[in-house]
Amino acid sequence: MISKLNLDEKTVELCHKSAQKVVSDVLRDVEGKTTFSIERAIVRLLGVDGVNEFDHPYPNLLIEHVNENGGINDGVSYWLGNAVIHTGKPPQEIADAVVKGELSLFDLPMAEHAEIREKMFSMAQECLDTLKKFHVSRSKFADKFPEIPQPYIYVLTATGSVYEDVVHGLAVAEHGGDIVAVIRSTAQSLYDFVPYGATEEGFGGTFATQENFRIMRKSLDEWAEKNNKYMMLSSFCSGLCMPEIAVMGVIEGLDNMVNDALYGILYRDINMVRTLVDQQFSRKVNGFFGITINTGEDNYPRTSDSPSTPASIVASEMVNYHLAKNAGVAEKNMGLGNAFEIHPGVTNGFLYEWAQAQLTRDLFPGCPVKYMPPTKHMDGNLMRTHACDTLFNLVTVGTQQGIQTIGVPTEGIFTPHIHDRVLGLENTNYVFNFAKNFGDEIEFKQDGIIQGHAQSVLSEASEILMNMAENGLYKSIENRVFGNVSRREDEGKGQEGIVDKSDIYFNPFEELMKDDKDERCQFM
Amino acid sequence: MNDVNLCDVKPYGDMLNDGLIQVSFTLPIEHSFAANKAAEKIAEKMGLVSPEVIHSKELTKGYSYFIIYAVCNHSINFDELKDQSFDIQYLDKTDIEDLIVQKIGRPLIVVGASTGTDTHSVGIDAMLNLKGFDGESGLEAYKGFLTYNLGSQVPNSVLIAKALEVKADAIMVSQTVTQQKLHIHNLTQLVDMLEAEGARDDVLLICGGSRVTNELAKELGYDAGFSRGCYPNHVATYIAREMAHKTESIEISSDMAVVGE
Repeated sequence: MISKLNLDEKTVELCHKSAQKVVSDVLRDVEGKTTFSIERAIVRLLGVDGVNEFDHPYPNLLIEHVNENGGINDGVSYWLGNAVIHTGKPPQEIADAVVKGELSLFDLPMAEHAEIREKMFSMAQECLDTLKKFHVSRSKFADKFPEIPQPYIYVLTATGSVYEDVVHGLAVAEHGGDIVAVIRSTAQSLYDFVPYGATEEGFGGTFATQENFRIMRKSLDEWAEKNNKYMMLSSFCSGLCMPEIAVMGVIEGLDNMVNDALYGILYRDINMVRTLVDQQFSRKVNGFFGITINTGEDNYPRTSDSPSTPASIVASEMVNYHLAKNAGVAEKNMGLGNAFEIHPGVTNGFLYEWAQAQLTRDLFPGCPVKYMPPTKHMDGNLMRTHACDTLFNLVTVGTQQGIQTIGVPTEGIFTPHIHDRVLGLENTNYVFNFAKNFGDEIEFKQDGIIQGHAQSVLSEASEILMNMAENGLYKSIENRVFGNVSRREDEGKGQEGIVDKSDIYFNPFEELMKDDKDERCQFM
Repeated sequence: MNDVNLCDVKPYGDMLNDGLIQVSFTLPIEHSFAANKAAEKIAEKMGLVSPEVIHSKELTKGYSYFIIYAVCNHSINFDELKDQSFDIQYLDKTDIEDLIVQKIGRPLIVVGASTGTDTHSVGIDAMLNLKGFDGESGLEAYKGFLTYNLGSQVPNSVLIAKALEVKADAIMVSQTVTQQKLHIHNLTQLVDMLEAEGARDDVLLICGGSRVTNELAKELGYDAGFSRGCYPNHVATYIAREMAHKTESIEISSDMAVVGE
């Protein structure tokens, strides 16, 4: 579908081909690697959970045990599977015994490799079946309610306490929001563990814990029953625990996850190999269970004023798209990112915004593009911010974006208060309704400002991608292609958690999910 | 000019001394007429007269939002405030560069970062990076400054180590996103650590951020604080003037030492 912008099909094709090359080179590079977080995600899928008296999570303690005994390259599945065979106990009980120092996985006689593999595959299959059943029931629950039209209205809460987030989440629901996303406490992305239990003391957000997910899910489901409208729940599947958060989201029935392949590298200085290995497994999990992922290209204009930023967004969307596709994420579950961040003083800025938003829409017609509000130039004049948000809302509905994070008048001042979110929602509802079918009614002047801008952004994006195909993703990131941020392959946090797989390594979930593609539950 | 009495200044709506203001807030109570009354009572306790809820709305069960117009009959003596030099005349880039050449004679070294858990580099980038902010170039673009921007989520210890390594004249710390006073903890920790290193007096210590004020900065042991509405040339003016002053006083004291001999 090459639509309103009169885009050159060959250029579009060239972008895709180059991005595919970039992605296949990356995947070849990370294929032989796993990470501590992936191994922890595996044991979480097998039901290992809980913390010791120092609040250290069982998944971490179990993986550390395997690592300290030199077994991490074989994967936790191998050592845990052997223990299951010899003790006859489920993984959680084994983890408990290991944590308490009553059992070492390395003091047991070793079963045949094939037997261990078989045991783990059957256990993993059981877990997947249970989760699939759960997701089918979630799907049935959501289908009881009227279908929610796109753009989905996505609203953040960030109070620091899950119980206050419940209140904010309900206010969002009352005022027409479709997705509640609980922002995480600042710096959680750099924790190499997931905190445990209900939490009330986050900064700038609330810790993503499994219990917090459960509390939010329950409150939104109750609201849905009472008000005959399903409410989607979202969190942040990013940072050093990306694979584990994906698993927790699947277990607790989240609908949506921020899950960018590059964000952690660029904006959290996480090592690029670590992130790229982690994102593949987390996306396989999200993709398998039909959880919509959102990517973070909206950040680039916030850190880069370069005229090539819009093109770098398209290039990044292409890379995110092909990485997600390779991980088995369906197009309808890819919320590729973009943002309305042109300086409000730019003459015809609205036309450029429209062109860029339309371009993403037209390049990825099957994806619910995720569109982000103006923040960078919002200066505390909340009335002006509210006015900018009105135009942002018009672009969203006019270009038929799939998911929109709403703009809030107090953007850039503090973590918005409950009524600021509601004021933002009122603006969104007003414009989405008042201009509902505007996009269907308009076409653009041949070679006018909008078409011209979109075409030049696309052509520049194809050049960026061609260079990237030649230099590789790592080198391109080092050369500041995205967001004017430079990172090096051998730098960044979390490197110590990258593990080379041995010859006997296996990850039963990865293999089973891959073989089970046709049966993938498509939840949303 | 209007004929306002600067010893007795009140908010202005459309007539001098009408005292009209608007406030908005949420109360954690059911939306009802009684809730509107409660909101007006709160406004009265703020010292406002004739409060009128002109809009109210239920946010969710048990939470109500109000917009109130009221009269504020309090006034302030502006004459008293005027002399306390809140409004500084800032120099532009060329003048600052000239000042550094003439009065200091070497480039000033500035190390900056967004510290602690803060993941936002937008503030420090706006002040330090070449591109600056809103058309005003950052310190990196000035001839008289040598800048190091360490980015976001920088531990205080790393910032200090870098400052000592490059013999920084000024350290700039940014705290953008903050809740529940987290920024205050980060900012005081930096001061404590610098003092522990015995390096506090060797540098100009500057903090910035949307919730930082000059008063707060000084209270926390910083030399200056910059907030919303601050441009790179404001910070540059401050650093250049302070350093020029410092250089002058060193010259004067060494002159005096010569005289003393």
